[in-house]
Amino acid sequence: MVKARLNIGTVIDGFTIDALTHTGGMAHLWSVTRAADGAQFLMKTPVVYEGEDPAAIVSFEMEQMIMPRLKGPHVPRHIANGDFAVQPFIVMEKLSGETLLPQLKNLPLPVEKVAELGARIADALVALHAQGVVHLDLKPSNIMFRPTGEAVLVDYGLAHHRELPDLLQEEFRLPYGTAPYMAPEQVMGIRSDPRSDIFSLGCLLYFFVTGIRPFGDPLKLKGLKQRLWRDPVPPRKLNSAVPPWFQEIVLRCLEVKAGRRYPTAAQLAHDLRHPDQLVLTARATKMEKDGFFAVLKRKGEPHMSLIDTPPERGAEVSDAPIVTVAVNLDDMTPELADKLRRTALRILERSPDARLAVLNVLKLNRIAMDQTLDEDGNNKHVQRLVDLKDWARPMKLAQGRITFHVLEAIDPADTILDYARVNNVDHLVMGARANSTMRKLLGSVSGKVAAEAPCSVTVVRNREAEQQG
Amino acid sequence: MRIALISDVHANLPALEACLAAVARLQASRLVFLGDFVGYGPDPEAVINRVRSLAEAGAIAVLGNHDMAVLKPTRDMNSAAAQAIAWTRQQLSETSKSFLAALPFEVRSGDALYVHADASDPSAWHYVTDAETARASLSGCDAMLTFCGHAHVPAVYCLSATGKMISHAPVQDVAVPLLAHRRWLAVVGSTGQPRDGNPAASFAVHDTSARSLTYHRAPYDVESVSQRIRALGLPDSLAARLLEGR
Repeated sequence: MVKARLNIGTVIDGFTIDALTHTGGMAHLWSVTRAADGAQFLMKTPVVYEGEDPAAIVSFEMEQMIMPRLKGPHVPRHIANGDFAVQPFIVMEKLSGETLLPQLKNLPLPVEKVAELGARIADALVALHAQGVVHLDLKPSNIMFRPTGEAVLVDYGLAHHRELPDLLQEEFRLPYGTAPYMAPEQVMGIRSDPRSDIFSLGCLLYFFVTGIRPFGDPLKLKGLKQRLWRDPVPPRKLNSAVPPWFQEIVLRCLEVKAGRRYPTAAQLAHDLRHPDQLVLTARATKMEKDGFFAVLKRKGEPHMSLIDTPPERGAEVSDAPIVTVAVNLDDMTPELADKLRRTALRILERSPDARLAVLNVLKLNRIAMDQTLDEDGNNKHVQRLVDLKDWARPMKLAQGRITFHVLEAIDPADTILDYARVNNVDHLVMGARANSTMRKLLGSVSGKVAAEAPCSVTVVRNREAEQQG
Repeated sequence: MRIALISDVHANLPALEACLAAVARLQASRLVFLGDFVGYGPDPEAVINRVRSLAEAGAIAVLGNHDMAVLKPTRDMNSAAAQAIAWTRQQLSETSKSFLAALPFEVRSGDALYVHADASDPSAWHYVTDAETARASLSGCDAMLTFCGHAHVPAVYCLSATGKMISHAPVQDVAVPLLAHRRWLAVVGSTGQPRDGNPAASFAVHDTSARSLTYHRAPYDVESVSQRIRALGLPDSLAARLLEGR
């Protein structure tokens, strides 16, 4: 099949090979130059060819199918595919910098640093999952960062695309993935659950704050399966610097049943960025592994009963949306408040895993910079949080489903837009200014937000008030 | 070249016309009909007339089990289907009957095989509905690409060089790459009586240069066809299932 032999200086389909930059288990990486414009790229070629190891070929075919369809800053830009009949290759954007792999020698890293890295990796998963792709091989050597800060996920050789034939499905006897990071359902051959990537990210977070892999590095299927019944040592026992909130997040990612993990990477990123809002459960304070009998009981169960089935293909990631209601306490009538709460509840109603973030912008004076204490000496920020909680109380939402955020800013619209972008918000709900004269004078915050938001926006307005105005 | 694949029209002229209009927009230059032109629906004579003129202009057409049943009575049908066949037989002209009688069980064109049902025994009308039946069909022929209908639910199967079978439920308007070094079996959905929960007419387009297959839907006025089925005194169940696409 393969006629071309690659050497330095070889030209294939207009790309000149400059150097071999990396040799991995399944593929070579070359730096190449495009003859047409001198642009530099990375070329990936499979190490072995048909007849030798079908896995390398099949995984390369998957990558050739998936990469051209991916978009955005969290994936390497795809340039070209090489025909299998001549020389299979993938040419892609050449990213500068290193993967997270060299960081392993610096472990454990400080919790704040790992939480920040984790949130950025979760953002990349949000983008990938939104495109119908599960990575299934998330690990330090497959994670890079752009100079602008975005995490980039590389290597789609084991990935699953919701809308394409899965060539790795039932193809090989052993499950595909990287042993320390593989989710329990992946060990059992399930390849279509986006929450498998959340498990892998949980393994990475655990490893990075403790220096120890939560499930070791088993070489055989038998060892891999242990994670179905044997829970890891709680990270706080290994490193007392790990705070309860971080253990809460990590152990939630590492739940054996996918349904008990974060339903979306967006919710995980949100918790990593707002630990103060986290509702802690028994996970946070656990200091020992589960007892002998609990583990023995699980081990005796049929393996498939220990894991959850993946979501239906038709189910959207946004079935567990992050809904944000932006509340302007200075311009709130009881009627508008009621209508805002009802609208938010109606959106939450159909998604039991949805989360509501209640947002308030504390306006700063443009000239005289912050005066954090008001006349009575009350901290304005704290008072606003109290007011927000009071405002939201009639919704009767369970703790853990609702968070409260007071942001200090000069321009409310820009601040709300930033918040929606950074936190992967799916749906914004906000009230229109009740008084149309005020709107004319001050401009419409909701109008600007609706025009520029990266997500759906519902603007709530009170009909009667509008007619009187 | 783009080849449009249309199957199981089942005497539903508005559904066929909707597909043909969509096929023209997608610039397919060749038409392949995978059988079952009649049965269930209200327009058997009109559908055959339309298909016959397209066949005279170069379209490929193969025989389906309902077409066969019109020519030669069979017991292998449920009562609603049998009633519809009995009614159809009275509607068809001799010209139409001889058109059906002249249809082949299968047509081979390059690396593609066109057949109504399981290709390993085309006249036995076995359904291809899962990996197991797909494997049976693929083992009974040597074509790299097999296109069939009969099941009324779109599906794609792929057999690798190592003998592994992949099943794929295609997504509307998303191209399935038909990778080389593999054998592919595509079950085309039904134009005239879909059963995958979507009442819109189903068809597919095979792009030979891109080596891809894309499933499409063509919406049409299902309600009026359903009403005509009722008005003609055909079984009510046939009118009802059309509305739901089940």
